[in-house]
Amino acid sequence: MNTSNSTQTPATGSPPVAASLSNAFVKFGAFTAIEDFTLDVDSGSFYTILGPSGCGKSTLLRLVSDLVPAASGEVVIFGKSTEEARLAREFAFVFQDAALLPWRTALQNVELPLEMGKKRGVKIPISDKSPVELLELVGLKGRENALPHELSGGMRQRVAIARALVCKPKLLLMDEPFGALDEMTRDHLNLQLLNIWHETGVTILFVTHSIPEAVFLGQKVLMLQSHPGRLREVVDIDLPYPREIKLRDTPEFTKYAAYLRELLETC
Amino acid sequence: MSVISSDDIEETIQIEQRKAERNQKIEAIGIPLVTLLMLLLLWQFGVRVFEVPGYIAPAPSDVAVTFVEKFPVLLENFWPTLYESVFGFFAGNLAAIFIAVAFVHNRTVEKAFFPLAVFINTIPILAIAPILVLIFGAGLTAKVVIAGMICFFPTLVNMVRGLQSVSPQSLELARILSASKTEIFWKIRLPSSLPFLFSALKIAATTCVIGAIVGEWVGADLGLGALIIDSTFNFRASLLYATVFMSSGLSVLLFVAVSIVEKLVIRW
Repeated sequence: MNTSNSTQTPATGSPPVAASLSNAFVKFGAFTAIEDFTLDVDSGSFYTILGPSGCGKSTLLRLVSDLVPAASGEVVIFGKSTEEARLAREFAFVFQDAALLPWRTALQNVELPLEMGKKRGVKIPISDKSPVELLELVGLKGRENALPHELSGGMRQRVAIARALVCKPKLLLMDEPFGALDEMTRDHLNLQLLNIWHETGVTILFVTHSIPEAVFLGQKVLMLQSHPGRLREVVDIDLPYPREIKLRDTPEFTKYAAYLRELLETC
Repeated sequence: MSVISSDDIEETIQIEQRKAERNQKIEAIGIPLVTLLMLLLLWQFGVRVFEVPGYIAPAPSDVAVTFVEKFPVLLENFWPTLYESVFGFFAGNLAAIFIAVAFVHNRTVEKAFFPLAVFINTIPILAIAPILVLIFGAGLTAKVVIAGMICFFPTLVNMVRGLQSVSPQSLELARILSASKTEIFWKIRLPSSLPFLFSALKIAATTCVIGAIVGEWVGADLGLGALIIDSTFNFRASLLYATVFMSSGLSVLLFVAVSIVEKLVIRW
């Protein structure tokens, strides 16, 4: 695959597996949201997650990010438990609706992670890039002092991405981050995200309900199945990076999309 | 990239919307103002045409003349009511804010005291005012307590709702950042509650004046409430009307003050 992903600093000595789930179950009362989930996510990779609604896509990200506990089985993030990984800021989360604090400017929102969780005795990693530079990286130079309501939906989501990067996460969990955006904005942000992935070497788990988006971004597409949510198939997307929008018009791309659509219909 | 232009379009739309909002604001002020002037004119002519005696219903022009002539008296009675209202406003709202924080942090405290707060709120302020005057005497304290009590309940309810109004995703974000309860309170809960708090404070800004005036009715020599009672019993109708305008002017003054602070604090 792309060699750029090896640019991650070797000093951290991170194992080649970013996240490892073995026989993980998530239950809400009697309801089983995720059943017997086993998966290794390679460090530095970009996986997209597809599946019918109610298949546990979001729950899977919440399991990895220590927001919901595993009923049984094990989840290991860079060799740590999910709680340890959370305290060490190994991962960051990007929500569907940006989740910016409306009274904080774009810059102050990006700085929020640096102000919180300081008293937990675990050193918070800080990105080599300053919050201002991160806003520049996501294309928001000059809008540092804008309040969220003064920004468009796409801009807000970009602030959320900059905020996620401020603690130099090794794993980025994205829950349908571009789901509410128009197609042009979404295309633009997809390209920008691939650039960020390329530049930072971060591992990305990206939930989406758009088949083209899943194929366009991911090295692998995890197809989930519902009732109960479980892994149906891992589809390797063997398309070269850097990817451009016109890739969508190639027969290879269409072939993958058609295959996934068929798979989704039988889920 | 074509996306930049879509951002631009969105901003242009926002500017257009702001223009439309401004026009609406001008209409929102202009229309009621014209209505008010028409009603005053109607009143003026009504009183003159039907020759209503001045001690029953004075003409607006008489009230205006009294307002100017008696302005020193009105002002002398204005200050005590202002102090009582403002002190009551701060006392009642601060108490409500602290109790709301306690309620949100501890469900048991809420269960123990919320029914009591509801009960106190159901007692008509006119009924409880004499009790408070008996307890605190005829001085400033009783009026401040009455003004504070009338502010208390709306602020308590709104503040509790405000502190609980945090979006689930903000709380998930805080959890991912391993934020402590204190950090969540100061950086997320308290700021999210401010719009709720200010809508309660705007109610309180007008009701605290009512509280102070009711307190003065029960026992006071000075204050707009005392002046209302005095001018009523002496059939000085135009002074009564002037005092009523002075009182509503005080409410408006406090309301505007709170609104200005709100504009400065809440920019989102």
